[in-house]
Amino acid sequence: MTSVLLAFVAVVALAAFVISRQRALVLVDGNGALLHSRPAYHGLHSLIWVLIVGMASVIVLTVVPGLIIDSTLMARIAVSLPDEPTIAHELVLSDAKAIAASRLASKTDELRYAISADYSRMASFWGWVRAALVIGGTAAAALLTLRVVRASARARNRFETIVRVLLACMATIAILTTVGIVLSLIFETLSFFEKIGWRIDKFLFGTTWSPLSGVHTGHLDADKVGAIPLFAGTLMITLIAMLVAVPIGLFAAIYLSDFADRRVRGFVKPMLEILAGIPTVVYGFFAAITVAPFLRGAGESIGLSVASESALVAGVVMGIMIIPFISSLSDDVINAVPQSLRDGSYGLGATKAETIRLVVLPAALPGIVSAALLGFSRAVGETMIVVMAAGQGANLTANPLEAVTTVTVQIVMLITGDTEAETAAGPAFTLGFTLFCVTLLMNVAAQRLVRRYRELYE
Amino acid sequence: MAGRTAGTVPAGLAGGASVRRRRNAELRLKVYGVTAILVAGLALFSLLGSVLYQASGAVTESYITIPVTLESDRIDPDGTGDPNVILRGSFGTLTKNALKSLFPDVTARSARRELYDIISVGAPFELAELVASDPGLVGQTIDFRFLASDVADLYLKGSFGEMTEIETRGLVSVFTHDGNAVISSSVNDFAGLVTEVKNLLLEDAKRLRVQAARQNNAVRVFERRMASAVGNEELAEAERKKNAAVAKRDGLVRDAEELEARANAVLGAEQLDRDNRSVFLRAGDGWLKITEIDATHAEGKIIVAPSIDLENSPDWSLYITDLPEAARKVSDTQIVAIEELKASGAVESVFNWRFFSSGDSREPELAGIWGAVVGSFWTMLVTFLLAFPVGVAAAIYLEEFAPRNHFTDLIEVNINNLAAVPSIIFGLLGLSVFLGVFGVPRSAPLAGGIVLALMTLPTIIIAGRAAIKAVPPSIRDAALGVGASKMQATFHHVLPLAMPGILTGTIIGMAQALGETAPLIMVGMVAFIVDVPGGITDSASVLPVQVFRWSDFPERAFEAKTGATIVVLMIFLMAMNILAIILRRRFERRW
Repeated sequence: MTSVLLAFVAVVALAAFVISRQRALVLVDGNGALLHSRPAYHGLHSLIWVLIVGMASVIVLTVVPGLIIDSTLMARIAVSLPDEPTIAHELVLSDAKAIAASRLASKTDELRYAISADYSRMASFWGWVRAALVIGGTAAAALLTLRVVRASARARNRFETIVRVLLACMATIAILTTVGIVLSLIFETLSFFEKIGWRIDKFLFGTTWSPLSGVHTGHLDADKVGAIPLFAGTLMITLIAMLVAVPIGLFAAIYLSDFADRRVRGFVKPMLEILAGIPTVVYGFFAAITVAPFLRGAGESIGLSVASESALVAGVVMGIMIIPFISSLSDDVINAVPQSLRDGSYGLGATKAETIRLVVLPAALPGIVSAALLGFSRAVGETMIVVMAAGQGANLTANPLEAVTTVTVQIVMLITGDTEAETAAGPAFTLGFTLFCVTLLMNVAAQRLVRRYRELYE
Repeated sequence: MAGRTAGTVPAGLAGGASVRRRRNAELRLKVYGVTAILVAGLALFSLLGSVLYQASGAVTESYITIPVTLESDRIDPDGTGDPNVILRGSFGTLTKNALKSLFPDVTARSARRELYDIISVGAPFELAELVASDPGLVGQTIDFRFLASDVADLYLKGSFGEMTEIETRGLVSVFTHDGNAVISSSVNDFAGLVTEVKNLLLEDAKRLRVQAARQNNAVRVFERRMASAVGNEELAEAERKKNAAVAKRDGLVRDAEELEARANAVLGAEQLDRDNRSVFLRAGDGWLKITEIDATHAEGKIIVAPSIDLENSPDWSLYITDLPEAARKVSDTQIVAIEELKASGAVESVFNWRFFSSGDSREPELAGIWGAVVGSFWTMLVTFLLAFPVGVAAAIYLEEFAPRNHFTDLIEVNINNLAAVPSIIFGLLGLSVFLGVFGVPRSAPLAGGIVLALMTLPTIIIAGRAAIKAVPPSIRDAALGVGASKMQATFHHVLPLAMPGILTGTIIGMAQALGETAPLIMVGMVAFIVDVPGGITDSASVLPVQVFRWSDFPERAFEAKTGATIVVLMIFLMAMNILAIILRRRFERRW
């Protein structure tokens, strides 16, 4: 149905284009010089209006009636089943929809049939309303724009203004995305904090993480939502990753920028790019299938017991993932250090190594720190490696050979787990919000550093 | 900076020792750099190597051709010839009967079940389809190519080790009765095996003693803790742990002693159990599994009965497996059955086309990636259709039209920050806004595509702006000079010249999106979906999520499938990146 309407809109738009263009030509008897705008602009003016009206009405009239129907029916179900939880109401509704579409429902009973009858009635009503409004709207847009076609009409200017506004709208989508992220996270976070009685301190500083343990009794236990084990686990894995990535990335960058010849660079740079282009899920597979058994075996041979989902495995593999990130950013900042500083140092008789250690690195330090910060923020937010290679149980330990869990692992477990979405969403979105804030702070700090550093040498 | 440099320049530039030290410092830095690069290279090499190694196990699949009798009363008792009736026939039973008639001596129920398990549960359905397409086959006996199960396939690929022949010199006599067999050799052919079994016992004992020593360390730690404990509770805790460790240690030592006693006994038969490497004996055309041995005698179970009782016959050989039965998925019965079938030429191994043409399945040998490939295609299509126009439009606006004000600054800051937001956060956004508010269907490419489009947007915008910025102002000025409007100059002249750069950025962004997993998991694309999706609102899986799901499955055969999926995914990614490089090389102009 939707695709038919969209096709209709497209056909009307094309028709409006052709007719408007033709009309403009006819108005001046084919003498284009008498027109203010070229005939195609008259056509485009019609086309764009029809498309805007048609698309907007299709989208609005698809989303809004769906919400109206759902809320009406949910209210009706709530009246029939006042004692059941919302999740049961939702099940009834989805069953009713399945019955209406003659698909398989989990259960059929009187109520479901009644609701499904209501649903099909409302759906068909709104379906007709939508079709009528879309057809009417596009037709009106086509006719109205057709009527303004005159020789003196400033069709090009109008069209260009519309395009400009559309372009600006597209640019604001970035803002809308951020707003959407913040709103959706804040909303769930607040309702979660409300459920634990605004004991935000318990969330931030508690040491027991088992947020769903009290779910069957219907309330969250504020003593069991302490996220410290997750923060500690995330921090440990991230620190291990940085210990692997920063030295390797930095030394590689130094070597590439100041020692390596063209041939080596032409070989190593693509290699690092390949490392950067490998999907994180592949790193996760590598960690779980290859690195974990290897470290386990290595540990056993020297008498250490390494958990198969240890923080070390996840950290090392994550470090490998971050290497190209650190090296390419450091490479950029090291190359950006003005040659005059190097030349000055050489002129004083310093060797290459001394120049790097005493001149280039101090000068590039803010940039390198910001690269490390960006790498750190990436590691904190990285999901697949830890989901596949780190532990799942909240475990507060300082031993990197034991299994720890991270914020992202818990988000994935909560969202994909068996617990009903409404309950699990609270802690998951709260963790997500914390993650968002931390990474945002780091990114802002990194950007500040880079900007200050740029100002220094420009 | 200058002051610091001047202050630290070595004083004795002329001193020989100092110069050597400074040279060494230089060399050291170089060595660090080369080491770092080598480590990164090694990591990449071992990553790709381990993926390829895993994937190599999925290149072929095995088939077992055995005769199967298509009894009409099990398929189509009324003789209708109707394909729908035939499809519902009990082909599973027919398959089992076919195996049963090949190995009539496998009678124990568990052994029978193991025997049936060498053929995939999907194979009878393929047989049913064959018969349904040709109803004339009903009642006949045909040779059908059954797909081997994952366990049989892995055994054939050598994943559970090989069988090695042990040299024998004597003549063998086998007396069978009631499913069991007594075997004797004319010389001490079994002595080597007995020694090996005893060595194994000693090794086990040694391992137990090592464990006991570790427990002993723990006992000492807890004793020390008891000594330094403050408070009764702590003391009790330490004591409880100590006692547990003591009990464990003593148990381990006892077990070790028992094993050592058995190993050092000179006489007596040794039992072969599931923890010993299995020993098979082929006598004539029969197969026995050895259960008890001493130097010249053995007892065994019959898996395939020899057609005659053998006495002092030279026609026998002895085999031993690499792994004990407890350490491998494939059972002894299955090994013998597979080896018999292999010897008769019934087993073949062909290129695994099925992997590319079938959807997901819980059975490793039936699972393929076509569903995930199509799902990835739909998701990428949605991502491209949303992200490309929006990204290009935003880039054009910000670079060509936007006034310099706070609002534009805000947009820029936003775009830069969005590029660094963890992908899982985009997944949460999709879950709560697009699934929750806009009612986009769960698990659908539409939902995944929207989320990935929002993620890809910053990449495209940033690349687009760079490409537009690279077009020299003279182009714009020339267009404006001959009377084009700002919009015309942009769309007719600047945009076409910037397009290669924009496309390069878009392809790179799409490649990132193709490998992205976490946000798709958030919008429910982890569901188990067998069907190939037909559109953007059907439930679907995508390649990276398939990797994630399969790597989580316990069946070992999925490891190979996961590796192969990664290889396919990486080939797609590589193709996209190469395309981007070609675009850049061919069309990007330096002004």
